[in-house]
Amino acid sequence: MSQELSAQLLDEIIGAHQNSPSAVIAILQDIQERYHYIPKAAFAPLAHRVGVSEASIYSVVTFYENFSLEPKGRFIFKVCDGTACHVRKSTPILERLRKELSLASDEVTTADLNFTVETVSCLGACGLAPVLTVNDKVYPAMTPSKVSTLLAELKEELSHETN
Amino acid sequence: MTKGVMTIDGVTVEIGEERNVLELIRKTGVELPTFCYHSELSIYGGCRMCIVEDDRGGLIPSCSEEPRDGLVIKTNTQRLRRYRRNILELLLANHCRDCTVCGRSGACRLQDLARSFNIANIRFINTALNPKTDLSSKCVSKDLNKCILCGDCVRVCNEIQQVGAIDFANRGSKMRVSTSFDAPISESSCVGCGQCAAVCPTGAIIVKNDISDVWRELDKKDTLVTVQVAPAVRVALGQAFGLADGENSMGLIVAALRRLGFDRVFDTATAADLTVREESREFAQSLLSLRSMPLFTSCCPAWINFVEKHYPQLTPHVSTCRSPMQMFASVIGEEYKNCGQRHVHVAVMPCTAKKFEAAREEFKTNGEPNVHYVLTTQELIQMIQQAGVIWEDLEAEGVDTPFSVLSGAGVIFGVTGGVTEAVLRELADDRSSTGLKKIAFVGVRGQEGLKEAKVTVGGRELAIAVVSGLGNARNLIKELLKGSRKYDFVEVMACPGGCVCGAGQPVASLPHRAARGQGLYAADRLSSVKRSEENPLMAILYNGVLKDRAHELLHVHYPGHEAGSSI
Repeated sequence: MSQELSAQLLDEIIGAHQNSPSAVIAILQDIQERYHYIPKAAFAPLAHRVGVSEASIYSVVTFYENFSLEPKGRFIFKVCDGTACHVRKSTPILERLRKELSLASDEVTTADLNFTVETVSCLGACGLAPVLTVNDKVYPAMTPSKVSTLLAELKEELSHETN
Repeated sequence: MTKGVMTIDGVTVEIGEERNVLELIRKTGVELPTFCYHSELSIYGGCRMCIVEDDRGGLIPSCSEEPRDGLVIKTNTQRLRRYRRNILELLLANHCRDCTVCGRSGACRLQDLARSFNIANIRFINTALNPKTDLSSKCVSKDLNKCILCGDCVRVCNEIQQVGAIDFANRGSKMRVSTSFDAPISESSCVGCGQCAAVCPTGAIIVKNDISDVWRELDKKDTLVTVQVAPAVRVALGQAFGLADGENSMGLIVAALRRLGFDRVFDTATAADLTVREESREFAQSLLSLRSMPLFTSCCPAWINFVEKHYPQLTPHVSTCRSPMQMFASVIGEEYKNCGQRHVHVAVMPCTAKKFEAAREEFKTNGEPNVHYVLTTQELIQMIQQAGVIWEDLEAEGVDTPFSVLSGAGVIFGVTGGVTEAVLRELADDRSSTGLKKIAFVGVRGQEGLKEAKVTVGGRELAIAVVSGLGNARNLIKELLKGSRKYDFVEVMACPGGCVCGAGQPVASLPHRAARGQGLYAADRLSSVKRSEENPLMAILYNGVLKDRAHELLHVHYPGHEAGSSI
């Protein structure tokens, strides 16, 4: 879900951390929580307010895998590909998802910004393998057909949202 | 009370004020190889070349280890040599190894160390991503195929200059030095000071080279090529030909330039006298009105860029005086505009940002730049070497008429505090030679990053600050904006130490910087004219080419400058 960056909201987030340069990561996390990514337009005001260069903020954002500079979808799939999930066949689940969403090999987000598909190295729920999360809700013991059903449900939900 | 002793390679050394083991090792006469250690920058401990072995076989990076009593270390063992070779081999694995066509060849620390460690064969395959060279900036170019990620450029840009144009992006094997969003350098917050290129141990960031264009102009038969040489060049260029740092070789430089084919050779110090006159007048006028901000000097192009990109609200407080290079270019352009030939003007500068200044729209006449090419001191050294001019055989020569007279005040422009001292000589009530001495000791001389002075002019006490290094400038601006400091006049030079330590100069360590400054003060002592206004050429110029045109030819209005705000 991508939205226009609100200067007021950004001000509030930075203000909540007392404009502190040592809180850059926390501020970025708050921005990402709100927008699901770090909008480029946030860099200049953030750099100015906390007194850290834009290049240094870019350095932080690109260092951590968790921060994204690309807009993310309304639903974010995190498919676990840790050892336990991998041996219990997480790859076909991932392939099914990417195929049904028609994602090209270098794409993670659908063009309509509805879905993002990422892999994570371990969700810490190996007993539920293969596991995935959608916007932090956990779906255990997945199979390719279960993921197709889940996707259909989410698409249904989206059609209600837009109406 | 002593801090104890350490044993280094069997030699007992007393611990003094050294901030790390590496510096203590230097005291025993051993220079360990390093890429990422610079005494003025924070300690990074990234390159691992300076590792030493303690008596239990432990490995310590000596740059990030504090000296402590009883520590016993060895700096040169079979194991350490092997590790250092491995590091070099790994660095070279992903490194562009086309040394012969690299701008840093012969002055590259990686090349030097690879040679001294006798690296004959690289066992690892090159997995570099082969990024494109960033040629967008007029001042420096960045080729990441030659970057060893020592971070020297990042730290000098962030710590010393506080420009913050570059930092590391990504991590692991994808890590690289990058501007925000990997923008071209010209579109980033870079101001072109070139200090990154000065500290880069390899050819990853190098100063743009315009030599071939200048040779082409010199070869043309129907072209008159004039050249001006900045004050700071004369105390650094000779270093490349065996002279001591700080030794004034202006006469030999003039001779060399004539051998290279330049038709007329001038000294930028002459134009510095014009700058002093104009700037003094502007300063005196600014004192008549109530100002919230001091008058900032305008000689340094990287400082101008810094104001425009980082503090645009200060632009109206920056002097409208053109830099001496540009004032001279205007006057020389007028002199030769009807010479019957195409006129090309070249400037030899200690500076990388001057290359940008020369290309600015503000300094063009009928679409032609007033200064066609800026060569750095390093480039002139290269030209002298290319042409095979034997330095030792040169005999000192004088500059050409009609601009052959200059004052000592113009020469000291090249060192931090020089512009201020020259302006004070102009304004001071006391016109005696003791008055001159008083000005010299008022507190504007020396290598400190921020110097303050109080002087009384016309019964009024003036507060003056002299800053070198953009980090120091930023700190001062913050205080000015807060209102916790107040000055009438602030001189800013972007490079720590002033132009003598510009990024276009041969690299100088701290003691050498001071020697270069001393070299300029010595030239000033030898000059018979001390004050710019006493330069007889000034009257000729002001009654001639500058008559009714001083403002047009000697001042500039950058975006944000109110037209006609001064003089």
